[in-house]
This record gives sequence, C-alpha cells and structure tokens, in this order.
Amino acid sequence: MSNSILVVGGGFSGLTAAVEAAEMGYDVYLVEKESYMGGRVAQLNKYFPKLCPPTCGLEINFKRLKTNPRITFYNLAEVESVSGSAGNFNVTLKVNPRGTTPQCTSCKAGEEAATTEVPNEFNFGLDTRKAIYKAHPMAYPNQCVLDKDAAPADEISAIASAMPAGHVVPDQEAETVQLNVGAIIMATGWKPYDPANMDNLCFNSFENVVTNMMVERMASPSGPTEGKVVRPSDKELPKTVGFVQCAGSRDQNHLPYCSYICCMATLKQVTYIRENNPDADIYIFYIDIRSPGRKYENFYKKIKADEKVHFIKGKVAEIKAGSAPGSVVLVAEDTIGGGKIEQEVDLAVLATGMQPTGAHDQIPGIEYDDDGFVVEKDGITPCGCAKRPVDVVSSAQSATAAALRAVQTVRRAG
Amino acid sequence: MSKKIGLYIYTGDGIKDAVDVDKLVELATGDLGCAVVKTSDDLYSAEGAAMVKADIDSEELNAVALAGVSPRYDFPGFSFPGVYVEKTSLRELVVWSHQIPADAEDADAQKEHVQELAEDYIRMAVTRCQKAELPEPNKMEDANTKILVIGGGVSGMSAALEAAEAGHEVTIVEREAQLGGFAARLRKQIPVGPDYSNMVDPIANELIEKVNANDKITVRTGTEVARLAGVPGAFRVSFKAAGSKSEWDAPVPLTDEEKLDENGNELSAEEQKAKYDAKNEGRHDYMEEDPNAEIHGAVVLASGWKPYQPADDEFPHLAWGNAAVVTNVQFEEMAKAGNITKPDGSPAKNVAFVMSPGGAEDDADFPYASATTSLVALKQAKYVREDYPEDGKAYIFYQHMRTPGQYEYFYKGLQDDPGIFLTKGAVTEVTPGDNGLTVKVEKTILGEDIEVDVDLVVLATGMVPTTKDEAVVNFAYRQGPAFRDLDLMGGYCDSNFICFPYETRRTGVYAAGGVRRSLTIEESLEDAAGAALKAMQCLVAAQEGHAVHPRTWDFDYPDFYFQRCTQCKRCTEECPFGALDDDEKGTPKPNPTRCRRCGTCMGACPERIIGFKDYNIDVVGSMIKSIEVPDDDDDKLRMVCFACENDAYPALDMAAARGASWSPLVRVIPVRCLGSVNVSWIKDAMSSGMDGALLLGCKYGDDYQCHFMKGSELANARMANVAESLNSLGMEPERVKLAQVAIDDYDKVADIINDFVEEVVGMGPNPFKGW
Repeated sequence: MSNSILVVGGGFSGLTAAVEAAEMGYDVYLVEKESYMGGRVAQLNKYFPKLCPPTCGLEINFKRLKTNPRITFYNLAEVESVSGSAGNFNVTLKVNPRGTTPQCTSCKAGEEAATTEVPNEFNFGLDTRKAIYKAHPMAYPNQCVLDKDAAPADEISAIASAMPAGHVVPDQEAETVQLNVGAIIMATGWKPYDPANMDNLCFNSFENVVTNMMVERMASPSGPTEGKVVRPSDKELPKTVGFVQCAGSRDQNHLPYCSYICCMATLKQVTYIRENNPDADIYIFYIDIRSPGRKYENFYKKIKADEKVHFIKGKVAEIKAGSAPGSVVLVAEDTIGGGKIEQEVDLAVLATGMQPTGAHDQIPGIEYDDDGFVVEKDGITPCGCAKRPVDVVSSAQSATAAALRAVQTVRRAG
Repeated sequence: MSKKIGLYIYTGDGIKDAVDVDKLVELATGDLGCAVVKTSDDLYSAEGAAMVKADIDSEELNAVALAGVSPRYDFPGFSFPGVYVEKTSLRELVVWSHQIPADAEDADAQKEHVQELAEDYIRMAVTRCQKAELPEPNKMEDANTKILVIGGGVSGMSAALEAAEAGHEVTIVEREAQLGGFAARLRKQIPVGPDYSNMVDPIANELIEKVNANDKITVRTGTEVARLAGVPGAFRVSFKAAGSKSEWDAPVPLTDEEKLDENGNELSAEEQKAKYDAKNEGRHDYMEEDPNAEIHGAVVLASGWKPYQPADDEFPHLAWGNAAVVTNVQFEEMAKAGNITKPDGSPAKNVAFVMSPGGAEDDADFPYASATTSLVALKQAKYVREDYPEDGKAYIFYQHMRTPGQYEYFYKGLQDDPGIFLTKGAVTEVTPGDNGLTVKVEKTILGEDIEVDVDLVVLATGMVPTTKDEAVVNFAYRQGPAFRDLDLMGGYCDSNFICFPYETRRTGVYAAGGVRRSLTIEESLEDAAGAALKAMQCLVAAQEGHAVHPRTWDFDYPDFYFQRCTQCKRCTEECPFGALDDDEKGTPKPNPTRCRRCGTCMGACPERIIGFKDYNIDVVGSMIKSIEVPDDDDDKLRMVCFACENDAYPALDMAAARGASWSPLVRVIPVRCLGSVNVSWIKDAMSSGMDGALLLGCKYGDDYQCHFMKGSELANARMANVAESLNSLGMEPERVKLAQVAIDDYDKVADIINDFVEEVVGMGPNPFKGW
C-alpha cells in the first residue's frame, strides 16, 4: 500500500493536480514526457478572454513545484505500464536522458559550436533549433537539453567541449524507475488534430495555410517570427486572413465532438492580427460561435465591434489556390445568404481541434473510450483534456477535483 | 541575531570576463565583513553545493549569499535548513544585460559601470543577509477541520459528500426547507457523463439520500448564515432562521458616499460612527463574539444561482408579459408538474424556444446565459416530444448553439427527431393572435424568413449568481459582509484568474457551482470536488503555518509594532483579502490565517511598523542605502527599480537571456508585489542621493493581472503622493515612475528602463545629492 500520488502529464492540468495534492500533505510524483513543464499552454501567447500571458500563472506554479519538498518530478519521462489497484499501483517509468547536468542552464557556448539545424517542434517546424537547446526561453526546468540524435557524433563532441567542463554528458542513458503509488491522476492532455487528415483543406499543399497553434507561436514574442503573424511563404504581414472553424471538430469523419476552445481561440487570435495590422480584413467561417457564458460572450461582443472582422456562417468545404501569389481561396456554403462563397485570403488559419493524447498513445493498464479520452476507474482519475475538451479555467477545476479524488483514495486505503 | 555570512561568487557564463572578480572578493572580505568568500566556475554543481555545506558546518555560517545566476533558478543540494540564503543575479542583471561591444570606444568606462553594478548587487545581497531573519512558522495546530457548506443544491451536497469522504465533518446550511436546489425540481437532466446522447433522471434525489445517510454531515435547512466571523481554522458561524432578522447579522460599513455630508465633505469620525451605528442598529459590532456561534475551519460557498427574471417591460418584441411566454425555469416547473399546457390548460403541442433576444441586431444569448442554457433548451424540446410523441413540435431558434465538448453528442441525438426543428435565426417578433403566438424569424439557415404559430414561447434566460444582489456569506469583517469588486465579474464570486479559479478574496472561502460560473450539473459536481479540496487544503496550510495560494511556500507572517500605530486604518482598508480587523480605536488586529503575505499592509503603513522577518522596511531600506552613490559624477546617476518578483523580474531575466541590454545605472530589487513598496523606500533612495525610482508591476484595471489584485494600482496611487512631495521639494515628479509590465514583455522591458533612465539623465542629478 502507498500513500503517494502519481500525476501523469506536466501540462497545466497535471501541474495543477500535482501542486494541489502536494499542498494537501501527500508525496507526489509528476511525470512529463517533454523536457519542460507546462504542456500546451507553454506554447500559447495569451489566454482568452483576459489576454494575459500563460507564463504568469506557470511561474507561480513552478515556484509552488520547486519549493515543495513533497513533489518529485521527471521530465523526458514516459509511463510504460501501470498495474495493481487503488491504494497499490505499480508503475514503470522510462526516464530518457537529458544529456546535461543540473547546473547546465545556459546553452550559449554550445549553440555557437553547433552547426546542424533541425526543425523546431516547439514552434511546429516554423523555425529550427540546434542539438543543444531549451524548448523556449521560459522553459522550466531551465536546464539545457542535448538532443544527440540531432547532429553527427563529432558535432556533439564539439558542443560538449565548448560547454563548461562536465555540463554536457552525451553518453547519459535512459533509466527505468519503479514507483509504488496509491492513486493516479491522468493529465495526459491533447494534441492538435492533424490537419493533414483533412484532404479538402490542403494543409500540406499550401504554405500559407497554417493551424491555430502555429499562430500562437508566431504571435509569441519569443516565437519564430518575433511576435508577428506572417505568411510563411514570404514572411509578410497578411492583409486578409481567413479562419476556418471546426477544422476537424464536429465532424463524423474526424472528431465527432466539439473541441470547445477553437472559437474563443480564433476570437483571441483576431486581436493578435489586429495588433500587427489595423487594416487587415479578417473572415471567420463558422458553424456556431461557441463563446458560452458571460465572460466569453462579452469577449465575442468586443470582437464583433471590429468592422473589419467578417463572420460568415458556413463551413469551409475546400481550400484552393488563389490568384495572387501565395494566396488561397476558401470555398464555403453560405448557410444564411445562400449560395457558394469564395473568399481569397493571404493567410488561412485552420482552427484545428484537440484530440486526446490517448487517441494515439495509450498506456497499458489505463482504460480509454472510443475517442481516446481516459475512463475514470477506482484510483485512476482523468482530468483536463485527457477527460474532455476544456479551456484552461475548466482544466484547473478539473485538476483540483482530481487531486481530491486521489487524496480520498489514499486516505481510504491508508 | 548577528550574522556570519558566506559569500559565493559564480564566475562562469562570462562573469569573470566582464567583472573584476578579485575586486568583488576584496569588497566582501573587507568592507562587507563576510566570514567566507569563495569563487567558483562551477558553483552550482554538486561539488559547489558540497563546498558551501562544508563551510556552513566548519565556519558556523548562518547566512549564505549566492551571487551568480538568477534567484529564479535553483539547483540540487542548495537547500541549507536553518541558514538564511540570499541569491543575487550577476549573470542576468549584470553581465548578460550589459554587453559591451568589442569595438566600443568607451569600453573602459562601460566596464567600470558594470563593475560598480556588480559591486552594488553584492552589497545588497550581503546587506539582506545581515538584516533578514529566517521565518518561523505560525502554526495553528488546533485548527478546526469542520467544513461549512453554504447551499444545499447539487454543488453544495456534492462538496459536502466529497469532504466527508475525505474524512471531514461537514455542515450544510440551506435556506429552503429541503435540500436539492434547482436540480431537485427538474423533470430530467442533461447527462453527467458518457453516454451523452440521452437525458437522465435527476441525480439530486440520490445526492439527498446520500447526504442524509452520511453521519459526518449535519444538515440545517431553513437556515442562513447571519454572520461569519473569525479566521480560517476557526470561523465562528452564527446561524439564523432563513429570512429572519438577527442581532448577529453582520454589520455593513458606510459606503464612500455615506461618509460624506450633503455638501460632499467628509464627516468627522464621530459623525461617521453615529451614522454607522444608526445603519446597523440592533446588530452587534463586527468584532463582538457570538457565544452561540459554531466553529468551522473553512467554507465552501455553493449558494448557486437565481433565474434571470425579465422586468415587466423587458423584451416587448418577444411578447414577454403574455401568459403563453415563459422562461425556461417556468417551463421546467410546468413540465415537472405534469403535461406541457397552454395558459388555459389545454395541451401545448407546438413550442418555440428562443435562445437570443436581440432580434436582427444582436446575436448574443440572454443575459447570464451559457452552454447550460443551450443544453436546457435542447432538453426541454425533448419534453415536448415526450408529452406529445405523435404531433408535438418543438422549434429551437438559436443564433449559436453552444454544446461544447462531448455535449455535442446530446445535440446530435436530437437532430434525428422529426418533431424537433432547429434553425439558426434572429427572432424579431412574437405576436399574440387567434392561433396562439406567431414567431417571426429572420435570416434562418433555410435562407428565408419564416413565421411559425406556436402555443408557447420559452425564453432561454440565464442563471444569475446569488452573490449579485446579496452578501450571502455575511462576513463580520472590517471590510464588510460581501466580497469585493463583484461588479467587475457581473456579480459572480469569481477570481478573475484563469489559472486559479478557486481564489476568492476571502481566504478560507471557496466558491463552487453556479455562484461562480454558469455550469452544467456535471461540471458542478467536479467543481464542488475542487472547492472542497481547496477548503481542506487551507486547513493544512493553517496547521503547517504557511500561506495559502499564491505564496504557499511562505512561512512568514507580518509583525506589527503596535506601540507606534497611529490608527490611520490604511492597512485595514487596503488589505486585498480583508485579513485585518481592528478595535474601536482603529488599531489593526492581525488574523494570520487570513493573510496571503503580499505585504500590501507593509506598503501602506506610513509609520513603517509592519514587516516580515525576511522582508521589511529595514531590510529593503538598508539594501537601498547600501548602494554606492557617487556624489559628484554626472555620468554615474543611480536609479532603483522595484520589480514584481513573479512577473516583471522574470521578464528582466528573459530579456537578459535574449541579449537585451539596458542602462547600468539601474539597480533592481525584486519585491513580492508593488503593493508592498513603502514610500519610505523611495525616500531612502532619494535621500541617499539616488536620482530616480522605477516601479515595474502588473497590469491593473478590469483585466488586472496582479495576483494580489490591487498591488500595482495601490502603488500607483501612492506614487502620485510621492510625486507631490518631490514637487514640493523642487524636484521633478517624473523621477518616480510606475510602468505596467507583463511577464512576457521581455521584448519591451529594456526599452522601458532605458527610456526612464534617459528621462532622469535629462533632468540631471538629484539636487540633494551628497547632503
């Protein structure tokens, strides 16, 4: 039997669940597969509807995390299997090597020595990074990462010698860790739905068709385009932007449910584009604008007041090449005005939905539903977007509730 | 306690190239009197930690200053219990942020600036080590662990069951004669989990049974809270019969308007007291203790919502006032009681549901509507089909159908029903006629305007939080019985924080369910569990003696030197959390478990009598005074910068890491919150000859980002007074400036500093320099 709690996933929900449970006096293990904590929200520029930076709340939670001796956390770690039952789970973790030591917090010398550039996954391939890097400037833990598969062996050695002695350890090996815990919180979050699955939207054919998550990275001051939402083809600010809502969501062939956040995310991204360019025309193709509740409705109202934001009720059926270089045409059925609409835009943004991580990556010993959401079982509590598509506020509620479930489980078992 | 200080200087990451480290060592061993001074290229390694630990043991050091990387970074092995540890940043704040181009003509002069900057950060760090003490936890070991739940609807009952399941005693107080709230009056409800395609029976009755069967839960129906006094861990709760008056009703302070006479002049203290007494006649003073009060440790506020009741003259175009036009709540009552009927009692087989009242002009839903309102309309359309499966027709006219997440499956489930007609459209008019009501709808999804004759029209009105019009909790606090700034949130008892929804401005009271947000029953169940956890957790914090969110790591608590208190009441009025009460004279009464340790009281106090062990007027004042100010060099003006440690300070760190440079004339001091900045620090800076002070804090206003709500706003008001004082001394008020900086403004913060420095340099030196 164990009194400790395992939280799988160090995104916003997992981080919240971990600190909330630890502040109840329990030992918590937090396992995150990326090199940094914060998950999806770490990639966001601002939160709707306050337009405040996600790193502000993360900074508080990181401080709660690092000052709480009850929390042990692992990055670059995966849960390989779960067995046992409430009060007594056996969990196997694989902790992948970071290739550096804890005091290695500045990659500068190594970056200068490195020559190979690889696509930067944190920025969805919109720019590149080196073999030694931090995912982003606010990354926590702030320890550098050596990706030794990203460059030839001699370059890795050159990086190691350029860095202070002992900071880079290329031959670190993965470790297996066995944990015995009383309760498990599943906070494995979501992935953006793969836009390549929608043939009609031609994501892979046109450079100037991007996803909403790519827009978040572009809008971020530390992103690939220094805060400007540009056309990838020529790095110019677009004069016309089209948002394609429900790109994959509410669609039997893709994600049958509503992804909850994409309408609000688009309304938020309108403010990014407006900040870059006061004259840009913005076209939003939607089925319903889902801005429920007082705060969200007020935010929608603010955006509606912008005369250069055009709302068109109609689902985009097709994206095709436009007449101007790099432009694309959004083709939709206008369900109010009738007829077919063709709107040429400089940049098209697919408001892709969220797919639970469990749709692709499942952990043996955990139960999932048809959509890939985690099913609650005695001692195993899902929260946040592992449970259902939710916004950040609801993730915080859900994670706090999951912390209580875990506490109840270990108290009952104890 | 006298300090034996060890200073450890990190020399890696370019520090030793940019700074003359030997001179720093000389300064520390000489003038600063450090017992141990060591340098290391790899200070933060395991060996570095072992070296510090060995010195602590052999030299009996009781304070350690680490000068190197930003204090936001920490490293394994650097925790030294019983030893005060101060970290200062040479890497970010000195070296990275002051890059000297190799070809700079004035490289030597610049190097001198950087050296002086490094020396000042060393002075400040050592000074802090000398002045600060280690906090001692203020443990409330006898904290009462019983939870009070206000409201016996699904959120309240669920919170009570959750807390009981975790081992706590619980009292539920419910105004109505029975438990259940709205949810008990439903005919059917929206699902609370998979499968999401069909309605389910109300879960409220099951919850009522569970509550009644649970011996840890005491239920008090027909009861309200007259007043809630005391502190987390020992709230004193006075109950009363619902709707009755009680001598223990919480007194209500005078509003700002009531404090003025008819000419707008402030009434004297005696006059105010008389007016206050008249206003609260028959009620005991808020500090008086009710001998019959029942002790509880923490509170879950689940008082729920009230149906939005349109005014008589509201929505005339929707024929509101006609007996056949009802709200969704009225319709639910009818559907629960029996069949769906017209006002004359005959079957209502054709029912229209109107989601948005704005006609062709506005597509917003009704006030206080939400996804729940959309779902309820869908559910109620199904009632029409249940009652009249052969020929019942339900029309749902919506602008935006809001069924997020898996609730989409519920919506989908309806779309196959041939008796349910769903269309987007603007309902422009409802007119009574011979055949009931005619509903006119424009811009429908069918591409045309339509008219439908129906027997009933149901308005999808919203859910108004109970806190909008009532105090509900009735705090017997110095700041009054209600939560503050509810207007900002439309009356919702919400935190205004996306990341931390459970925060309220009254420690120990956590809101759940419809009082905070319009939620479905499923969401309310989860929300109740979260609020229950927060209530339980604040008791753990009280027992362990640390703050609750956001400074959960903080075991310190402000001390008051009451002998010098002048009863100015600023601390009691400005505390964002209502932590301070007062006595008849106005002397503050601290309540440690209500306090969040932001230091707003310390910043407010003109007598400088409030402080923390490791963060007080003397600690920061001494740090400022330790800065070396050349008194005859116009190229070496000095400015202090107070930076919010959670947002502005990390922004500086990031700016430096990303290669931004700013003026070396500025010395940064991290502060808990700008609200904690006492004007005496500005005076200290100016009287020690410094030339300006810059405050970097969070955004304020409606979308405030300050986690202590008002910090930067209060600081801004205080600085206006400072500006006046400067003016009266013949100094430019612009020497003191506050800028709002978000944590991601790292691309802007260097410019903000440089612009300020340029402005001050333009004004020339502080005329009192060298006095």
